[in-house]
Amino acid sequence: MTRVPGVLVFVVSTALAAAQPAPRQGSAAPAPQSAFADSVLDARTAAVASQLRCPVCQGLSIQDSPSELSQQMRAVVKDQLRAGKTPDEVKAYFISKYGEWILLEPKPHGFNILVYAMPVALVVAGLAVIVVAVRKWTRPPSPTP
Amino acid sequence: MNWKRAGIAAACVVPVILVFGYGLTKDPKEIPSPLPGHEASPFALEVFAPGQPPLNRAPGDTVRLADLKGQVVVLNFWASWCLSCRDEHQILSETARSYAGKPVHFLGVLYDDEADNGTKWIAQMGGQSYPSVMDPGALTAINYGLYGVPETYFLDTNGRIAYKATGPVNERLIRHFVDSLMAAGAK
Repeated sequence: MTRVPGVLVFVVSTALAAAQPAPRQGSAAPAPQSAFADSVLDARTAAVASQLRCPVCQGLSIQDSPSELSQQMRAVVKDQLRAGKTPDEVKAYFISKYGEWILLEPKPHGFNILVYAMPVALVVAGLAVIVVAVRKWTRPPSPTP
Repeated sequence: MNWKRAGIAAACVVPVILVFGYGLTKDPKEIPSPLPGHEASPFALEVFAPGQPPLNRAPGDTVRLADLKGQVVVLNFWASWCLSCRDEHQILSETARSYAGKPVHFLGVLYDDEADNGTKWIAQMGGQSYPSVMDPGALTAINYGLYGVPETYFLDTNGRIAYKATGPVNERLIRHFVDSLMAAGAK
């Protein structure tokens, strides 16, 4: 594959940029800063929405669900973030309305600890069984008297 | 019998059985609401279906929860596309009429639907005694932790949520909560 020299790329892109008409004041095109702010807000909304459970679905977040209620809840998330609330405050709002059930990942306290502790306990127990079994299989046979 | 092995097996299996057994005692469809006992979210919603005298409100009127203080409020979320809403419609309408003149306010909240569809549905169902309001953006629905329709909220005379009913309500349940909340409010 032939590589284009970096200087040539710079010259061509500068020329193309210079050929672009300058944006007029008051035009409908969004300012780059506002577009950037929108994309940041969208990303923050997606991050919070992906942690909240869709109330009318099976195991989907409101970010992934196409349901009407999820879309409305995403809009609420976005509005609250835009208003200056932190992601934790937004999640606290939904918990106050739906309970901790609304979180896709339950908080590790009380009975919920089992969800986190059980897999670890099972892995540890499995490893212990393997260690015991391997030791047993590899033990040299006891000398016969 | 090797008691040591039996003990280890029991120690592994019994907790798993207990966890699953505990899970079976719960209805996976029932989501416990944290709202009962808490102050209901305020709302100001516009009437689209007026209801019938003497419970009617003019279309375009704004119903505010703050204006209903001192009354028991029965807030029913419904939609024209909701099949279960058909089961409770007549019961709600007739029970609401029977409480006319008492400190009880029945209000329908149309969820995720168009006013025209709601109006046609009410006409098909033979009318509705109490008014219904629109909920733009489902903000009130989300404020009340709604996850489906029909859902009915019983608010006491101080504006606190006393009970949330999921699914169609029956007359006995409505009367139980309305009567007990009215009695508590009169004390």
